[in-house]
Amino acid sequence: MGASGYILRRLGYGVILLLGVVVLNFLLIHAAPGDPAEVIAGEMGGATQEMMDKIRADYGLDKPLIVQLGLYLGGVVTGDLGESYFFNQPVIELIGARIVPTILLVVAAQMIAITLGVGMGVLAARRPQGAWSAFVSVFSTIGYAAPVFWTGLMLIILFASMLPLFPVEGMESARFSGGPILYALDVLHHLFLPALTLGIIFLAQYARLSRASMIDVLGADYVRTARAKGLSERKVTFKHALRNAVLPIMTVAGIQFGNLISGALLVETVFNWPGMGRLAFDSVLRRDYPTLLGVLFFAALMVVVANLLTDLGYRLADPRIRTGGSRK
Amino acid sequence: MTDVATNPPQTAAAPAPAASGPAVEAVSPLRESLGIFLKNRPALVGTAILAIILLALLYGTFFVTADPYEIVWAPMTPPFEEPDYALLGTDYLGRDILAGLLTGGWPTLAVGAAAALLTVGIGILVGALSGFFGGWVDDLLMRVTEFFQVLPALLFAMVLVTLFSPSLATIAIAIGVVSWPQTARLTRAEFLRIRELEYVAAARSIGAKNSRIIFRVVLPNALPPLIVSATLTVGVAILFEAGLSFLGLGDPNTMSWGLMIGQNRGYLLEAWWPVTLPGLAIFLTVFAISLIGDGLNDAFNPKLRSR
Repeated sequence: MGASGYILRRLGYGVILLLGVVVLNFLLIHAAPGDPAEVIAGEMGGATQEMMDKIRADYGLDKPLIVQLGLYLGGVVTGDLGESYFFNQPVIELIGARIVPTILLVVAAQMIAITLGVGMGVLAARRPQGAWSAFVSVFSTIGYAAPVFWTGLMLIILFASMLPLFPVEGMESARFSGGPILYALDVLHHLFLPALTLGIIFLAQYARLSRASMIDVLGADYVRTARAKGLSERKVTFKHALRNAVLPIMTVAGIQFGNLISGALLVETVFNWPGMGRLAFDSVLRRDYPTLLGVLFFAALMVVVANLLTDLGYRLADPRIRTGGSRK
Repeated sequence: MTDVATNPPQTAAAPAPAASGPAVEAVSPLRESLGIFLKNRPALVGTAILAIILLALLYGTFFVTADPYEIVWAPMTPPFEEPDYALLGTDYLGRDILAGLLTGGWPTLAVGAAAALLTVGIGILVGALSGFFGGWVDDLLMRVTEFFQVLPALLFAMVLVTLFSPSLATIAIAIGVVSWPQTARLTRAEFLRIRELEYVAAARSIGAKNSRIIFRVVLPNALPPLIVSATLTVGVAILFEAGLSFLGLGDPNTMSWGLMIGQNRGYLLEAWWPVTLPGLAIFLTVFAISLIGDGLNDAFNPKLRSR
């Protein structure tokens, strides 16, 4: 099968997965105890029976579940995710305002984790028994074991009072005035600590994985051949070994995306980052089901897109897959 | 090939030592693994840390009789300032941190363990069926697995906990329901490898039923990597529970380490200890568990030891 056929198949599969997510969440939320109409009425400070009936009619809650599901799915396809019970605003607008900060955070964290992690792992692999290797092992266990929200809070203590280099709250300075370039720098300045916090857990995993993978690859015949040709150690490491060692790291990077989003949820809460995590938290507390469904949908969408990109990247990085057709 | 002592000892003798080495006395693989584990210093450190934490949780309240909800001294008293009332200081309401630490560990550990059991249970069942039967069973179950991997776990768990009352049981079930795919994949890979081996064909040729082959023949031989993964799963589940309680979605009637951090974080810059100490407790617990997991991994895969 050609590359485009493969991509199309993956795309179609992603769409089916997303529809499945929507259906599952919809059924789950509507199967739960508690009446959404009462929640809405509660937000309004109580309501008479007539008002309750009107609320049910307004939000389509009086129709059979299967009809509601059909209407909802039809809405999703046309980009209409319904109206938030709490914010009284279309869900798509609520999410639209918050999805960019979340993507920014997640991508920045992933970049920090991969570059630092792979760098540490490669250095460690050159001397598997050396001190640096031991440090990487210890560090990766520590990074994995520290709860991400706690790491964030510890960094806030450090940077709020002792070392005020980076802002510890929000995404932009209050009353910011300046051009778009200064604004971007301001956002990056605010992004540093949240992204570092989220990156640290994954950094640890990449360091460990790339160390093991590099040790494997450095023992391979083609690396010995490269050395025998008299290539410099740097060339052997980066041109011959790393390109092969990076494949398992890409696979894991794709799988980790869902976990990154979960972590972002906590990190956003800690640093008051105005992303989807806060929105999810608020809508959970208020039982704002349309918003919650919307957040779940977009979170799943982000994972599906990330997996698709990983897949494509993998095919670019490994020519064996590119020419080998539909091998998994 | 790793053979595990849990295999029923129907074969008359232990397999002869591999021809490659000099004749040594045959040691059972389990005992050999235990020996390797006991020589692994980080793993022993992990075991010691975990033992100390468990002992403190078990017996600590005999020495420090305090209610974690009771106000014992002025709010935000620093550690060691009032050793008779609040050795490790008080939180924003004046409650004893030490009492909170000693009682708040239980929900965290219990939920972690229960969730890990559930995770491993579901994961092994799905992975075993998938890897053993292959074909449409495999296709179907792997699609379900991928489906669950697309849902960001914490978000989905948040929804489950909110929808179905935040009790310890709900939290454990929610964590279990969202975390099993990785175990399932690992189990499946092991089953795919093992089902092609001769002793499985042997079991089949004497007419063993599928259920017997799955649970008595293949599963015991797939256990070593699964034990390692189960150990690490406990750590992940503890972090999960801590995250949910930190967000305030835990059991509201139970003191827990994550809840302490969540409740005190607003006063972080005035008082560091009510946030730092419970986090340190979570960190040490998970750290110890992952050291043990790594030690088990080395013990079960001797060829990785040189790394």
